[in-house]
Amino acid sequence: MRITCPLCGSRDRREFYYYGAADYLARPAEGAGLEAWDAYLHLRDNPAGMTKDLWYHEAGCSAWIEVTRDTTSHAVLSSRLVAAVESADLPGRSAPARKKAAPRKKKGTS
Amino acid sequence: MRYNGLNVIWQGLVGNTGWKPAWRTPVPKSAYDAIIIGGGGHGLSTAYYLAKNHGLNNIAVLEKGYLGGGNVGRNTTIVRANYFLPGNQEFYSHSLKLWEGLEAELNYNVMHSQRGLVNLFHSDGQRDAFVRRGNAMAAQGDDAVLLDREGVRELLPYLDYDQARFPIHGGLLHPRGGTARHDAVAWGYARAADRRGVDLIQNCEVTGIDIEAGRVTGVQTTQGPIRAPKVGMVVAGRSGQVAAMAGMRLPVESHVLQAFVTEGLKPVIDHVISFGMGHFYISQSDKGGLVFGGDLDFYASYAARGNLPMVEHVMEAGMTLMPMIGRAKVLRSWGGIMDMTPDGSPIIDRTHVEGLFVDCGWNYGGFKAVPASGWCMAHLMATGEPHPVARRFRLNRFATGDLLDEEGTGSQHNLH
Repeated sequence: MRITCPLCGSRDRREFYYYGAADYLARPAEGAGLEAWDAYLHLRDNPAGMTKDLWYHEAGCSAWIEVTRDTTSHAVLSSRLVAAVESADLPGRSAPARKKAAPRKKKGTS
Repeated sequence: MRYNGLNVIWQGLVGNTGWKPAWRTPVPKSAYDAIIIGGGGHGLSTAYYLAKNHGLNNIAVLEKGYLGGGNVGRNTTIVRANYFLPGNQEFYSHSLKLWEGLEAELNYNVMHSQRGLVNLFHSDGQRDAFVRRGNAMAAQGDDAVLLDREGVRELLPYLDYDQARFPIHGGLLHPRGGTARHDAVAWGYARAADRRGVDLIQNCEVTGIDIEAGRVTGVQTTQGPIRAPKVGMVVAGRSGQVAAMAGMRLPVESHVLQAFVTEGLKPVIDHVISFGMGHFYISQSDKGGLVFGGDLDFYASYAARGNLPMVEHVMEAGMTLMPMIGRAKVLRSWGGIMDMTPDGSPIIDRTHVEGLFVDCGWNYGGFKAVPASGWCMAHLMATGEPHPVARRFRLNRFATGDLLDEEGTGSQHNLH
C-alpha cells in the first residue's frame, strides 16, 4: 500500500503512522455531554468500503493527513492535509477549528 | 449417527457408504423463538448452548456464506487461559474447561491438543510481570510454571539463545494451553446444534433488522423475512455493518491480521511459542505445517489480506527467534478481519433494542473463546442477564470507564 502525502507525493505505507477514523477531527464542542465524547472517542461507523482516516507522515514531513481509502481493496483514493480541512467540512460542529493536541504515539508493544 | 471407533471400522468394511451429511439443509421457517446472525464459531456455539442449556430448540442460525467460512476457519488455532485481569480471567478459565470436555460433549474430534504454551521474556522487568501474571493465573485455578533460561532451553532447544537484542531470560509455561483443529470446532458445534433441532441456514444474508416500538421483531434476509422475538448479532469483523441495521454504532474498528503456514514438515515444534517482543508466535499443526503470525497491519481493513511490510516484519521476528525455520517454505498467508475494541476486550451484552443482543469485539483472540462466548451469549439471550463470568463485557464500558485493558496500553482504537 502506498499513500499519497500532499507534500511529499506517493510514499511507502511504512513511513506513516495510522491514528484512526477521521471522526477524530470532529471534536465535541466545549461543554458537550458524555454521549458526545463517547461517540467521538469510541463509536465508529467502521465502513466496509470508502472511509476517511488520519495518518501521520512520521518518517517524512511530519504532516497529519486525512486519507480517503477503500477498506475492501486498500485502494488509496485521495488525501489532503488535516491543516487544510475547513471546520465547515466537519459534521457536528460550527465553532471555529480549535488547535488540535498532538495525539499519543503508539508504544512498541501491543 | 454417533461417531465412534466401531462405526469407523464398520464403514471401512462397507466402503464408507453409510456416512450421512453431518447436518440438515433446512428451508427457513417464517418464525423462530430466537435467531443467531452469523454461522461462525461463536454463533454456532451460542445456538448449541441455547438448545442444550436453555431448552430453546426452535432457533435458527443465519449465515451469509457457508458455516465456519469466516474467522473460525482462518485463525492460528491457539487455546489458552493466561489472562490477568479479573473479568477476563474467569471467562477464559471457564472457556478452557469447556474445551477440555468439548470432544465428548460434541461427539466430534476437534483435535484439542494441550501441548503447552510458552511466553518468552527477555528482561528482569518482563520476568516480574510474568511472575505476577502466573500467580494470577494460579489464583484463578489455572496453571502456570515459571521457567528460567535453562528450563526454556530444555523444552525449546532450537531457539537462538545467543541473540543480543532479545536475550531469552526465561518463559512462562501454561501447560494446559495448546491448539485445536479450527474447522472441526465449527463443524462439531454445527452438527451438535443440528442434532438438537437448530436450523442452520447457509447462503442467507441478513439485510435488515425489524424493530417495532423499541423491540426487535425479526430480520429481513435474502431468503425472505423471518420473525423472532430475540436476535443475536454474532458476526465478528462485520459487526459494524449488522449493528448499523439496528441504528447502532459500535466501539469497534475492523483491522486486518495476517497469518502464515509453511509446507508440512516432520515434528519439530512441540509447543505453542509466543515471542511477544517480536510480535511473533508459532506452533506446528498436526499436519506438519508451521503456523505463525504477528501483529495487526494497523489500519482499518475488510480486504481479508494484508500488506508486505507486516509479512517482512513477521519473517524477521521468526528468524530472530528460531533461525532453523529459515529453510521452510511458506505455503500460504491470509488475513482475517478483526473486530477491534478500544481496550482490546470483547462485548457480550444487550443493546438499546429490546430482544437484540450483541456478541463482538473479539479482537485477535476469538478462537479460544468460542465455547465460553457461546455459553455466555446463550445465557444472556435466554435469561436477559449477563452470565457471571462475562459480566464485565459490557457495551457501554467505554462511556463508564469500567475498562478491561489487558495490555495496559490505553483505551484507543489504534493501541491494541
